[in-house]
Amino acid sequence: MTDPLESAQAIQHSGPNAEPRRRRSWIRRYIFTTDHRTIGIQYLLLALIAVIIGASLSLLMRLHLAWPDLPMPFWGVMKPEDYLALVTMHGTLMVFFVLTTAPQSGFANLVLPEQIGSRQMALPLLNAASFWLTVLSLLVLVSAFFMPGGAPISGWTSYPPLSAIAASGPGQALGMDIWLVSIGIFCIASTLASVNMLTTIVAERCEGMTLDRMPLTVWSWLVASMITVLVFSVLFAAAVLLLCDRHLGTAFFVPMGDLVNGQIVGHGDGTPLLWLHLFWFFGHPEVYIAILPGMGITSSLLANFSRRPALGYRLMALTTVLIGLLGFLVWGHHMFVSGMNPYAGTAFALTTMAIAVPSTAKVLSWIGTIWGGNLRLTTPMLFSLGFLSLFIAGGVTGPLLALPILDAYLHNTFFVVAHFHLIMAMAAIFSVFAGVYYWFPLMAGRQLHEGWGKVHFWLTFIAAYSTFFPMHLAGLAGEPRHYSQLSGGAASMAALIPLQRYISISAIVLVAAQLIFLTNLIWSVWHGKLSPANPWQATTLEWSTASDGQPIVLRGPYDYGVHPGQSDFLPQDALEPNPE
Amino acid sequence: MPLTIFLAVIALCPGLSSLVSGSQFWMPPNAALHGIAVDRLMRLNLTALGTCFIIAHLLLLISILRRPRPGASPKILPSMWAMEVIPLTLLCLMYVWMAITAQRLWAANRFEGPSPAAMQVEVVGVQFQWYFRYPGEDAAFGGTRPELVNAAAGNPLGLDRQDPHSADDIVASELVLPAGREVDVTLRAHDVIHGFFVPAMRLKQNAVPGMVLHVHFTPELPGEYPILCSQVCGLGHARMQAKLRVLPRGDYALWLAAREAKLHAIQAARVKAQ
Ligand code: HEM
Ligand SMILES: [Cu+2]
Ligand SMILES: [Cu+2]
Repeated sequence: MTDPLESAQAIQHSGPNAEPRRRRSWIRRYIFTTDHRTIGIQYLLLALIAVIIGASLSLLMRLHLAWPDLPMPFWGVMKPEDYLALVTMHGTLMVFFVLTTAPQSGFANLVLPEQIGSRQMALPLLNAASFWLTVLSLLVLVSAFFMPGGAPISGWTSYPPLSAIAASGPGQALGMDIWLVSIGIFCIASTLASVNMLTTIVAERCEGMTLDRMPLTVWSWLVASMITVLVFSVLFAAAVLLLCDRHLGTAFFVPMGDLVNGQIVGHGDGTPLLWLHLFWFFGHPEVYIAILPGMGITSSLLANFSRRPALGYRLMALTTVLIGLLGFLVWGHHMFVSGMNPYAGTAFALTTMAIAVPSTAKVLSWIGTIWGGNLRLTTPMLFSLGFLSLFIAGGVTGPLLALPILDAYLHNTFFVVAHFHLIMAMAAIFSVFAGVYYWFPLMAGRQLHEGWGKVHFWLTFIAAYSTFFPMHLAGLAGEPRHYSQLSGGAASMAALIPLQRYISISAIVLVAAQLIFLTNLIWSVWHGKLSPANPWQATTLEWSTASDGQPIVLRGPYDYGVHPGQSDFLPQDALEPNPE
Repeated sequence: MPLTIFLAVIALCPGLSSLVSGSQFWMPPNAALHGIAVDRLMRLNLTALGTCFIIAHLLLLISILRRPRPGASPKILPSMWAMEVIPLTLLCLMYVWMAITAQRLWAANRFEGPSPAAMQVEVVGVQFQWYFRYPGEDAAFGGTRPELVNAAAGNPLGLDRQDPHSADDIVASELVLPAGREVDVTLRAHDVIHGFFVPAMRLKQNAVPGMVLHVHFTPELPGEYPILCSQVCGLGHARMQAKLRVLPRGDYALWLAAREAKLHAIQAARVKAQ
């Protein structure tokens, strides 16, 4: 059995000057390591664990929604508060521990230093520290399930006073405190990780790696890290204020005279709307932290597998920056009916329509890149195309939800659930899959099995549409989110039960299809096809076969197919067209 | 092969699910005055955006299926004008059109208050129940205080009985409204945020503790409509449902008279007991 990391190293250090790696103890090499590539793999494994837990929770939810009287394994018949606790934990795990860690910290640690011609992150110790803080944060979060009263029930947005007053529901006592502490730790961890990433991109680029030669992945990690530093500090502050309201008698979010469960708990003049503003000032940019890296991966992979440059490289970099900037101005579109001034609603609607423009430009550019190209339909390419399809599917409803008068009907219904699952859950996850299939040789020295990869893709793609597309219909019919049951005493939405059953069955297929991926992953680590040094004939430096020294970058990142007759591609640091 | 699967996906999902369910997939029939314009806008926008979705997927499909002709150079990218500038401009025009039409409707509904002749109703969200209060003959709501709230003693809203305006306030657990008359809804919440959602009236507005918010609308068609809670508010969120009954004007007057008579009887009994 070969050591997978060793063979990955072999790819990287195959030049004439490659030194044999100094042997360290197992713990130093795999656990408390400062090697950026190992940390990248650690982040990806963390996300994998979180996504497995998160998906299992969602299966329980789907089963309960479809068959409310069915006893659950280890659980019995589910109570409404159990369902809400599952929703809350599912959302928190997915948004924070999957979509914020894998695309950003996971892949960036894996390939960012090499992509900019460096061999390391600027601050390796900080890097390891932020990873282990993230682990701690995850452990704290999961422990909420085991608190008296269980996990919190107020959703991943945790609106007060529900989240501020322990008496407002089961799980809102210790469970909610645990949730806030976990989020606080996570904020610190992501801020540190982003400081490291920003520093690396600014300071560690090799000679010739000018801004306009950076791969679009690097552009998106750059912008996503800037967003992270700015918004996670706001979320951190909000979490601290909420903890103060809960335990120190302050009143930031709880209004005068607030009466919960027969007790007057509001003694100051706080307002719940303050939390909504703080939370969504974080929350909207957060969705871009989740998707920007996926956009960068898609740009790079579409160019590679079409064997041509990305259409409009400068425009792509510009729209990445624009999305980052505009992302700070749209948070109010989550608050049209929250009690916010209706004139503010108009202002936020306009900024939201504005952010649709750079997003649309990106889609056009991706279509232009593959239009008429000689596509290689490998598994990573299929997942990138899937990203494109799902991004469009989820994206078209964005401008609709940006219109306050229509959102006033659709807000907090399943229509919004469909929107963000297609775009954030599915599109972002598809880009993560694309990245895993694409960069797996850098992790294991081997390739994932292509045939099973394609089966995995098609099943996932079909089941994703089949699960999330019909949710639009439930939303149009008026079904609100966070309803644990449609039957029973209050049954005005009972007509939608068959639709929800259909969705649940699709969801089971969707989750089951991931077992193929897991099997492929584990099998390929040891038995996958040994990968050549540059299996996808890529131009970016993480695949560079040159010797170990500092590379010198001579051209932009997507020099594919531009020298007819000579070579199909020119790596960024290649001196002359390399004979194929 | 990819083509068939691809088309199957797009076509099958709604199709299959409608087969298994046969339930309603569109908004419930509209019963409010402003809802006519809202529904029209919803249809227009969904059609426009749905068309974009389909066109984009056709382009995707063609890109995937079309093999470059031998001899033709697949290397040459499409022009920025054809692929980027022109379509982007067209789509921006569409966004502008969407924004303007929708803003006009939003402004008409939310920037201006109700007409002075609108009838007054107060809606109060409490874990996990909606209460509806009518101001009675004096057309003014009496004061409330959280200390006085006592649902078991028949005062779920904490009406201050010292306040002369309170005496004739009617508190109900279902919302009854006359057809064709504008309603000014005053929204409050006691404990946590709730979402006052009446799908058939195309109406949603949160009820936020510490705030007094207003929405107004005109129910047109008599009938019974569900009232839901659209903001997660605790373990009873899903069962926090109530009923809106819209009555022809005459029937409404009868209902109101009956409620007033009941209130008078209760008050008389209370006076006698003291
Ligand atoms: C074309 C660009 C987009 C527009 C115009 C847009 C618009 C909106 C609007 C208006 C809402 C609020 C709906 C409501 O709650 O009533 C919303 C919700 C949401 N969007 Fe988007 N969106 C866009 C892209 C994205 C992207 C790229 C992501 C994620 C990667 C995303 C993730 C979400 C999430 C997670 C929510 C729901 C949050 C919650 O209530 O829990 N959106 N979007
Ligand atoms: Cu948003
Ligand atoms: Cu509720």
